[in-house]
Amino acid sequence: MKKKLLITLGVCALVGWAQESDFVGKLTGGVRPVIAVPDLRGSGGAQALMSVFNSTLYADLETSGSFKMAPKSNYPIQVPQRPQDFQKPAENAQPTGLWLTGWANPPVSANYLTFGYAAESNGQFVLYGWLYNVKQPDLTNAQMIGKTYLGSLNDVGARKVAHEFAADILKLFGVEGLYGSKIFFVSTRSGTKEIWSMDYDGQNEKQVTVYKTITTMPSVAPDGSRLAFTSYLSGLPQIIVHSAETNRILPFFNQQASMNSNLSFAPDGKRVIYSSSVGGYPNLYGADLNGGNIKRLTSGRFIDVEAKINPKTGSDVMFISGRGGPQQLYRMSIEGTDVERMSTGEGQVSNPSWHPNGAYVAFSWTMGFQPGNFNVFIMDVADRKFVQLTHGAGRNENPSWAPDGRHIAFASNRSGRMQIYSMLADGTQVRQLTSAGRNEMPVWSK
Amino acid sequence: MNRKSLGLIALTLSLVLTGAGCKKKIGAVAPPAPPHKVEIAPKVEAPKLSRPTISSFTAEPSAIEKGNSSTLKWSVKDATKVTITPGVGEVTAMDGSRAVFPGSTTTYRLVAEGAGGTAESSATVTVSDPPPPPVVAPAKVKEDFTTLVSRELADVTFDYDKSDINENGRSVLTRNSDKLKAILADYPSNMLTIEGHCDERGSAEYNLGLGDRRALAAKDFLQQLGLGADRLRTVSYGKERPQCTDATEDCYQKNRRAHFSGN
Repeated sequence: MKKKLLITLGVCALVGWAQESDFVGKLTGGVRPVIAVPDLRGSGGAQALMSVFNSTLYADLETSGSFKMAPKSNYPIQVPQRPQDFQKPAENAQPTGLWLTGWANPPVSANYLTFGYAAESNGQFVLYGWLYNVKQPDLTNAQMIGKTYLGSLNDVGARKVAHEFAADILKLFGVEGLYGSKIFFVSTRSGTKEIWSMDYDGQNEKQVTVYKTITTMPSVAPDGSRLAFTSYLSGLPQIIVHSAETNRILPFFNQQASMNSNLSFAPDGKRVIYSSSVGGYPNLYGADLNGGNIKRLTSGRFIDVEAKINPKTGSDVMFISGRGGPQQLYRMSIEGTDVERMSTGEGQVSNPSWHPNGAYVAFSWTMGFQPGNFNVFIMDVADRKFVQLTHGAGRNENPSWAPDGRHIAFASNRSGRMQIYSMLADGTQVRQLTSAGRNEMPVWSK
Repeated sequence: MNRKSLGLIALTLSLVLTGAGCKKKIGAVAPPAPPHKVEIAPKVEAPKLSRPTISSFTAEPSAIEKGNSSTLKWSVKDATKVTITPGVGEVTAMDGSRAVFPGSTTTYRLVAEGAGGTAESSATVTVSDPPPPPVVAPAKVKEDFTTLVSRELADVTFDYDKSDINENGRSVLTRNSDKLKAILADYPSNMLTIEGHCDERGSAEYNLGLGDRRALAAKDFLQQLGLGADRLRTVSYGKERPQCTDATEDCYQKNRRAHFSGN
């Protein structure tokens, strides 16, 4: 594929970072079809749940980045609720919303239309949902989805049904939906920093740890089975590992050090890398899942933290080091060899996060701003070209790739307090996910 | 008041009244005339109207220490009213005593008034301050180790993104080490914790490492000054426990520190 990468970094700086590099286009799907998503109606007990349903469906399709949303103000007055509502208009008659051209022609200019209705049936929320390709000349080949979805007759059920309908639509476009994925994060809302989890859209927030002391810096195994974090439970910052499924504590041997932190799981499910001050300076160590079989990977009178093992290859590691001055992004082999600096040396770099495909890395960087004012960037590891995704003053930190490889969760204090946001990997579709307490360090998990 | 003193008052009263009626005869007292001859003569024999005399008025002892008492003693004759000032007032006894507690040197005046005039006398009580009580060394209450450490040991501050001890840090640590040697000797079972802290600008993850370095650098320096490593431990709080949260260099500098804790 021909790449139209920006010519030089100097040019990048001049034109600003709004210009998308091709790798971002590739990540976020390039040209997007237009979809019309009119609000669906509900009868009986389903009626009161339709605003939850409609906003969830719309948000899922919009934030997927797979579609351009047709503006609702352009929609025709009449909206079909069932396939039999479509009536082919007479020759030369103005098309209405009850025919394909009413959606395909300007001003809507949609490629696709969702429609349907919900009802209460046997105490359940039932959705009859359709997706039509409105560019088709007639109804014969227009239908892409026609399906019944069931959920409980409450907000949770309505939301679940909307997620499932959206996931079916996205699947048709080769997009793995985020439905079912989880974000672990750190929240102060219980009084101390603890690990929490929520659905990918900010719903269903749950407290995971109750250690009642600073508990922070979560990471999750690539298969989603284990959760690691750093806690002051013993009085010192040390690593604790939980089973992500049962939330039970799993054995992990911490070296005799004033600090063991930032554990990263290898994709083989066997090894981990973490930072330990056992040798006097925080350097990186490899170990088995239970902390045994320790191998020193870096060594020097400087600080090495935030090792992140490539989730695809398992063979290379991104990490943050102060070996050359202010903290920068480095890469090394899983054996600790072939250390090279990946960032330019400007500003401070932190929080590397691998794309699931192992070819890109997101990170936060103060480049162009005062120390501490981080923004989220992504880099094509092969040629080290990078793109800036957030552009505000203030802090935008801890980017974490979603399992779909198209979304990024991050923490930002843009609204005053640190909160968690999600966005598309081109920096659009920014959505605030948390609001209670201070929330930071999101980690997106399967 | 007993019956005797009532009688005395009655007598005194009658004497005064009688005396007033016979004023002209003062100084020329005629011999008693036969009753049948002198009709104007009082029926009652007039008392002798002599001037009161104070035979004694003393304070014993005449010099006291503050807080002690002195006893005023007096002996008066031919008086109808005896007053002692200050503080005592009229007394009824012609021969009496009274304990007084003057707070400072005081001259007591005794005034005796009688039909024949008045008489005065004075007695001075000299009051001196008692010597101060001996200085008693206060009982040695052992101060809480945590309080002592937080009061006596100053924070060591660091330059931005640095963990080496700077010029100022060296002098703070040198002062701290002298105090620490004494404190740790007094509290042989306590451990000193050196906390490493950072300003909020770096990432939390990097700052956890930086705080660890700062605490360890302070510990190493104290060890070079002769403090035992077995009494010192370190913990990094990174930027998790700032003492201020303003986005100013002043606040950043406050947070870039090694802090000493007795906890």
